[in-house]
Amino acid sequence: MSKEPVKAREVSPEIRIGNFQEVVKGYSEEEALLEASRCLQCKNPLCSAGCPVGIDIKKFIYQIKQKDYQAAYLTIKEKSNFPSICGRVCPAEYQCRKACILTKKGSVFASEQAINIHFLERFAGDYARDNQINTKVENKKELSKFKVAVVGSGPAGLCCAGELARKGVKVDIFESLHKTGGVLRYGIPPFRLPADVLDFEINYLKKLGVNFITNFLVGKAKTIEELFAQGYAKIFLGLGAGVPSFLGVKGENLCNIYSVNEFLTRVNLMSAYKFPEFHTPVNIGRNVLIVGGGNTAMDSARVALRLQKINGLPLNTTVVYRRTEIEMPARRLEIEHARQEGIKFEFLVQPKEFIGDDQGFVKSLACLRSKLGEPDSSGRRRPVIIEGSEFQIDCDLCVIAVGLKANQILINATPELKTNQYSDVIVDSETMESSIKGVFAGGDIVGGEGTVIEAMGMAKKAAQTIINQLLKKESSNA
Amino acid sequence: MKIINKKTINQVGGVKITQLDIFSPDIAAKALPGQFIMLMVSENGERIPLTLVNTDKEKGIVSLIFQEAGFTTKSLGKLNPGDCLYSLVGPLGHPTEIKKFGKVILVGGGVGIAEILPIARALKQAGNQITTILGSRSKDLLILETELKSASDEIYIMTDDGSYGKKGFTTDMLKVLLAKDKYDLVYAVGPIPMMKRIVSVSKEFNVKTLVSLNALMVDATGMCGCCRVTVFDKVKFSCVDGPDFDGFGVDWEELEKRNKVYTVQEKHICNLFPKS
Repeated sequence: MSKEPVKAREVSPEIRIGNFQEVVKGYSEEEALLEASRCLQCKNPLCSAGCPVGIDIKKFIYQIKQKDYQAAYLTIKEKSNFPSICGRVCPAEYQCRKACILTKKGSVFASEQAINIHFLERFAGDYARDNQINTKVENKKELSKFKVAVVGSGPAGLCCAGELARKGVKVDIFESLHKTGGVLRYGIPPFRLPADVLDFEINYLKKLGVNFITNFLVGKAKTIEELFAQGYAKIFLGLGAGVPSFLGVKGENLCNIYSVNEFLTRVNLMSAYKFPEFHTPVNIGRNVLIVGGGNTAMDSARVALRLQKINGLPLNTTVVYRRTEIEMPARRLEIEHARQEGIKFEFLVQPKEFIGDDQGFVKSLACLRSKLGEPDSSGRRRPVIIEGSEFQIDCDLCVIAVGLKANQILINATPELKTNQYSDVIVDSETMESSIKGVFAGGDIVGGEGTVIEAMGMAKKAAQTIINQLLKKESSNA
Repeated sequence: MKIINKKTINQVGGVKITQLDIFSPDIAAKALPGQFIMLMVSENGERIPLTLVNTDKEKGIVSLIFQEAGFTTKSLGKLNPGDCLYSLVGPLGHPTEIKKFGKVILVGGGVGIAEILPIARALKQAGNQITTILGSRSKDLLILETELKSASDEIYIMTDDGSYGKKGFTTDMLKVLLAKDKYDLVYAVGPIPMMKRIVSVSKEFNVKTLVSLNALMVDATGMCGCCRVTVFDKVKFSCVDGPDFDGFGVDWEELEKRNKVYTVQEKHICNLFPKS
């Protein structure tokens, strides 16, 4: 009980900002055992209730303690398909760790004392990866005659495909980009999620027989109807939320003002940080501003800082957020990482207008100071602008990271597909079936900007319904 | 994604315009006039948009015509029949609105001439009377004259140096035509300065004018906003809201500046790999 939490090893800030390699190194076996031994093994554990997919956390930590790492991995796999990925990107401090009994009551996020469940999950996931362990394949013969189309190869699509393929269903995944992984590839930078971790999971799906069709935009190259006509029994839509929001202020189309998706896609997917070896360019700012307070804001700030470092520029990247640190939706771990690396923060600042030079490039941001007022619908205190507080910040490159909305191409091409006021696909929350029979959806296209683990939860549910429906169809045909 | 056929449309001095016919049955089956594709030459390459010039549904072939102007288009021009593109996705964007407008003027400038060919054919088939104005710096840089002649009822050629057709700009001819007769639509594709001038002329005569914009793009599926343009004071994405827009509303100055964001890198990479 008196034991101190075991910190995961990290590359020092001075070194890591000079490259795009993974920052958190994870636990060694000894460290994992030490951390696992801190778990109180509560009679009525609270942690699992904090997990969006209800992983039996107490059990897997116990299995780690018993050095049965394979069992620990399989326990996690019962609920989460990609422990190595979730162990890295799950916002544990808002979920399982916050629910842990060691977190102070009433705390907004996990206390430091809470068990580092995510690092233990990652340890189990990486152990399985290193030792080529995976869940048993339970090929059901009666399912092998069915073909399912999965649209989108992000977290939801990969998870759904894996669940189906493991049962013997034939799966084709359609991806519009030239590479698979969706937001895990174009959005999350490699210093948080290295490509080989993602590739391992994708290669495993390939081994299960999942067929990846890249460079294929469903909604344009084929409609839903045409996919059914082609012989797919069911269709799962994991389209994601990729449409960037902007501030809507004057001057926002000036040169060097990027949406967070453009900035991250250029660097992560297109490897613009290796220009000219890779041919996609990205501009590097001397005074970089990132507007927003979420994970994508932290990611783009840390990317911009690395670009400055790699190009020999003085480090000068500032996050501008309209509330205060406590209201930031970003992971606490990533805020800490950003701060360690030298990212500056300006809180209670509301952008008003971008000002450009005569070449059309941004040169400064006019802002207003705010103070916190009453809580809004999100429960967070609303920023209230202070009259007459206008000031300017120098800025030759800005990234707007203020949210992402549902991808629209397939939705617009499919009028029968019912959507809500945010243009998210409406599904039955039990079956994940949409308004079109046989068409299911999950991930950000259903819930708006969510987490990998939430997407996985939905995809698993959809896969289960698909399997049930296919088995039912098969038995009624027999 | 295999290149079936390659043709040099024109090569004069430093200007080279190339046609590639690419095997892509899925895109060919669906593509409509005015739509475009995104392609990558190699795994290290950038994603660039190119308008589809022709599609052969039966053979499953799509055709692209491009000027070997920048690093990526030059690399693309190095490919030969039998080579494969690294990536090709489409068809993208909204097709051009094809219906009976009545009397239509099509204006093509430079390599933009290639992009009006499918529009000319489709609009003609829809029963429109087609008047085409082609603009080129000189006679030997002019492309697709024969093809456009057969797709048009009338055709006018304008060259900057007067070496062919009439000396002058496409706008000069547009002015003459619009002053003489009533037209229902102007459709223009070409360099931004040309489209900008076309719109200022057609606006005088209040003739609806569509333009196909060539903004920079990355994913081209509405996810990055690199291609955002301001049209009638509203922000639009060229890739999913366009590429055709009402020319009267386009903020040309903004588009022109945004398209020059990477000129430094473009120069650098071209100097670095002069032969690639």
